[in-house]
Amino acid sequence: MTDSLDRLSAPAGLLIDRSRTVNFDFEGRRHQGLSGDSLASALYASGERALSRSFKYHRRRGALSMAGQDANTLVSVNGEPNVLADMIPLSEGLSARAQNTWGGLRFDALAVMNLLGGLLPAGFYYRAFYRPRGIWQFWEPVIRAMAGLGVLPNRAPHALSEKRHLHADVVVVGAGPAGISAALTAARHGASVILIDENRRVGGSLTYDNAHLKDPAQRIAELEETLRSEPGITLLVDSVCTGWFADHLLSVISAGSLIKIRARRCILATGSFQQHLVFRNNDLPGVILASAAQRLISLYGIRPGRRAVVATVNDEGLQCALDLQRAGTEVQVVVDLRTVGLADSALQEKLFQAGIRYEAESAINEARAGSRSGELIAVDIRRIIAAGELAAAGEIIYCDLLCMAGGTMPAYQLACQGGARLRYAEESAEFSIENLPLGMYLVGAVRGVRGERVSGEWSGIGLEQDAAHVASLALQSLGLIDEPSVAVSAASAPVNHAWPIFAHGGGKEFVDLDEDLQVADIQGSVDLGYRDVQLVKRFSTVGMGPSQGRHASLPTALLVARATDRLVDETGVTTARPPFAAEKLSVLAGPPRHPVRHTSLHQRHLNMGATMMPAGAWQRPAFYGSPDRRTALIQSEVAQVRTGVGAIDISTLGGLEIRGPDSCELLAHIYANPLRSLAVGRARYVIALNEMGFVIDDGVACRTAENNYYVTATTTGVDRLYREITRWNAQWRLDVDVVNVSSAFSAVNVAGPASRRVMAALCPDLALDRNDFPFMACVNAPVAGIAARIVRVGFVGELGFEIHIPSSRGAELWDSVFKAGRDHGIVPFGVEAQRLLRLEKGHVIVGQDTDGATHPDEVGLSWAAKPERGFFVGGRSVAMHRAKGIGRKLVGFRLKPGAGQIAEGDLVMSGGDIVGHVTSCGAPLAGGDTIGLAYTADTQAMAGDLLRLRALDGTLLTATIADTPFYDHAGERQEV
Amino acid sequence: MKQILCPMNGLRDIDEFVYGGVVRDMPDTAHCSDEDWSEYLFLMDNTAGLVREWWLHSPSGYWFIAERDTVSDVISATFDPSLFFTWAAAEHTQANSDD
Repeated sequence: MTDSLDRLSAPAGLLIDRSRTVNFDFEGRRHQGLSGDSLASALYASGERALSRSFKYHRRRGALSMAGQDANTLVSVNGEPNVLADMIPLSEGLSARAQNTWGGLRFDALAVMNLLGGLLPAGFYYRAFYRPRGIWQFWEPVIRAMAGLGVLPNRAPHALSEKRHLHADVVVVGAGPAGISAALTAARHGASVILIDENRRVGGSLTYDNAHLKDPAQRIAELEETLRSEPGITLLVDSVCTGWFADHLLSVISAGSLIKIRARRCILATGSFQQHLVFRNNDLPGVILASAAQRLISLYGIRPGRRAVVATVNDEGLQCALDLQRAGTEVQVVVDLRTVGLADSALQEKLFQAGIRYEAESAINEARAGSRSGELIAVDIRRIIAAGELAAAGEIIYCDLLCMAGGTMPAYQLACQGGARLRYAEESAEFSIENLPLGMYLVGAVRGVRGERVSGEWSGIGLEQDAAHVASLALQSLGLIDEPSVAVSAASAPVNHAWPIFAHGGGKEFVDLDEDLQVADIQGSVDLGYRDVQLVKRFSTVGMGPSQGRHASLPTALLVARATDRLVDETGVTTARPPFAAEKLSVLAGPPRHPVRHTSLHQRHLNMGATMMPAGAWQRPAFYGSPDRRTALIQSEVAQVRTGVGAIDISTLGGLEIRGPDSCELLAHIYANPLRSLAVGRARYVIALNEMGFVIDDGVACRTAENNYYVTATTTGVDRLYREITRWNAQWRLDVDVVNVSSAFSAVNVAGPASRRVMAALCPDLALDRNDFPFMACVNAPVAGIAARIVRVGFVGELGFEIHIPSSRGAELWDSVFKAGRDHGIVPFGVEAQRLLRLEKGHVIVGQDTDGATHPDEVGLSWAAKPERGFFVGGRSVAMHRAKGIGRKLVGFRLKPGAGQIAEGDLVMSGGDIVGHVTSCGAPLAGGDTIGLAYTADTQAMAGDLLRLRALDGTLLTATIADTPFYDHAGERQEV
Repeated sequence: MKQILCPMNGLRDIDEFVYGGVVRDMPDTAHCSDEDWSEYLFLMDNTAGLVREWWLHSPSGYWFIAERDTVSDVISATFDPSLFFTWAAAEHTQANSDD
């Protein structure tokens, strides 16, 4: 801890309001900050630089970037873990704690890990705990407790956050000078523009690197005024773009909620990340980026230290030294890695004027910590004698602040998520971005354009014009302008050093601060055989931390290239994937929605006490009554249908309306069955095959008029069938209209020997006897005054009438059916009874008794598929299968009462081999046989043969193969 | 999320569309060999480059054809299927009767 530092006077302190103090506590101690402070800046002003302990070695860590770009500032705020202390605004009463400590930030018991560091190289988990088997299960919880980040609250509040969708011609990510120039250019040419910035104020580098501005606060205010008064621009500040997705869909986290922005063109003005330098103890509190020092001064009015050393590879460090000196920090020395003569001469002159010592060709050998504070007290500076090598002896300089300007890395992540590639130029030691996806553009520092210095002062000249030019290219591609503006030369002075890495015998030269990885960890990963940077990442975890390689990817690329004796361009960096910044799951998650479909009769079923069951997305009555009487209720419903009359809601059945001159032609090609001979007013059972000749659906085709068919389909298969039919006809171009009317119609099946009498009451004008309205006839006629389509089909094997009516009249029909049926003892029956009734009839349920490879001949449907008649979908394959012979067969079986319990899915055995499975089974009569359908490999199996079944618990049972139908073998009951 | 220019509905998000496979010529089922038919069913070219694909705009039930580069995933054009198909062309291979 250092002494408390006084606040500087304006114009320093762009974000703070000196007149309003804010009370908060950190690690149980009370502090005071100013309105506008971030938690980290308020703590820094109070002399608290350490914010947390590091991931592995439990080293004290303080803010590195002051811009939310590092994991050092992750703290727990009001119980919420992993909050960036340098981004969260201070609020009254805020209570924060350091993370990853045992016993507190100052006296973390696990700081001993720092001394054991040599025993914990990268990937040590993989190597230390894989033997003996099971040892990892013991150690994992221990290691997880010691490492890791914040602690999740056990009772996290249930949070819902809304999602918003925005659209724009042009989205500009980053509101620095380049982004603002691009956004204004686009908006002024008529484009709708969304400008996004993660900071509270626009201006980018102008908010902190602004010595050239007379009044930075006024300049920023002017920029904001200009942007807000531009009608075409929507400005989103305090909003982080976390991902780029195909065709310019951007995810933006703003005010705790997710915005999905669809852009026609995407301009990235994401800038660049100033890099740290790699040397021993480069992670001590007090060692910060040069830009972080500038932010402390300019944004928060904080003097960053009393005595500072600046280490740099470019002119940014020189400017930082001048800014520090002006803020009252005594700059001891500027250590420049470059050779003499490469620094901007005007800046160097200013340093000289300010009395600041400047050492070229020098670097930091190590930073040293105070034994009690653990924070920076001195640095050891030395001459560079070769790349990465320092002189044997140096000079100790006492300081409480070390500012690093280690070069830049373009903020490439969003571009690379879009498929762009990074190229490395050995001459400039810089990465650049190429191969941008269509419609994506770069402006500013991410494009390598940084603005020139004129007489030592930064100027936007070149930068803003270049951004405007790039924006004009985007506008041209949108057709908003005819010609792009003239390109300007936007060359920028080099900012990187070829080797800003100084390995030390004592280690602790951190490449990746998030993951506590040192030079030796990267080198060691390569030595173990991981030559590819992607593998180095996975083995060492470099770049996997919350800062996602913002500072680690450049030194890692350099180290891997050198260790494998390749060019940096060949090694590259690891793949960038969303999200670029941490996203809370509650922000991404939608409300828990499990959509279900209800038929128009749903409430009627509930009123009648139905126990509901899912059928695809639908809810259907399984049976009527309480689940504890399940079997008895189902058997009772079966008996009622066999002896009296029952009604079942079959609204979930699929329905297709086929209209037009070529209707017959279409259906004759889609369905396996011959349909040309189907007369108007008649219906036929049909099966649909796929091209492989396998059964995919069945239903009943009703010819309601010469060129009009109504075809039912299975509940869960209709959508797929509809798609198949329309796809075929997209090729065949028949003059026919196919409509999926499944939801438009409700349907009730009235079945049982007494059903005709119920129908007579419902349709007094309709002739219903077997000659006028025979089996498999269909007619359009009113039922209880409701226009209906009535089909005489026999799915349950009794006399029955399917009544299809518009869904809006469903409940009305149901009530009429029960009113008309009251005298005949009508009962509702559910899906379970229906399944048993049709099982007795041996009718196959497509999807239950068939699988994805069921040939019609295997399930007794060979009569329906006749390839001899010419083309139909699947016909060619049916012919081939038939020539080869089938390999299995669906047979009926009976199991005597007391012979054991069998369930759908149980296995059919032959010796020790599995040769099939039970697809349907049940006992229709109380105390009667269990009947079922099962596949067997014995295609010659005959009634009376034995079928060996194995139940789930391993019990072997013997059933007898039976002829189907089990009931009313001649099919007389449905045809009466 | 990717977008597709539906010839009927305009530019829509890809979650409104269903992929329908590569557009391929069906062999003449009446005359082709079993080998030809099996190849048609099971052996896909898996072309790296420009292919024609079936896409369905699901909410409107509209099938169309897209030309897509399977390497870059760029859809260069979309067409109504009538540009490629006519019943007259299909008829001679696809005739049938009830017998």
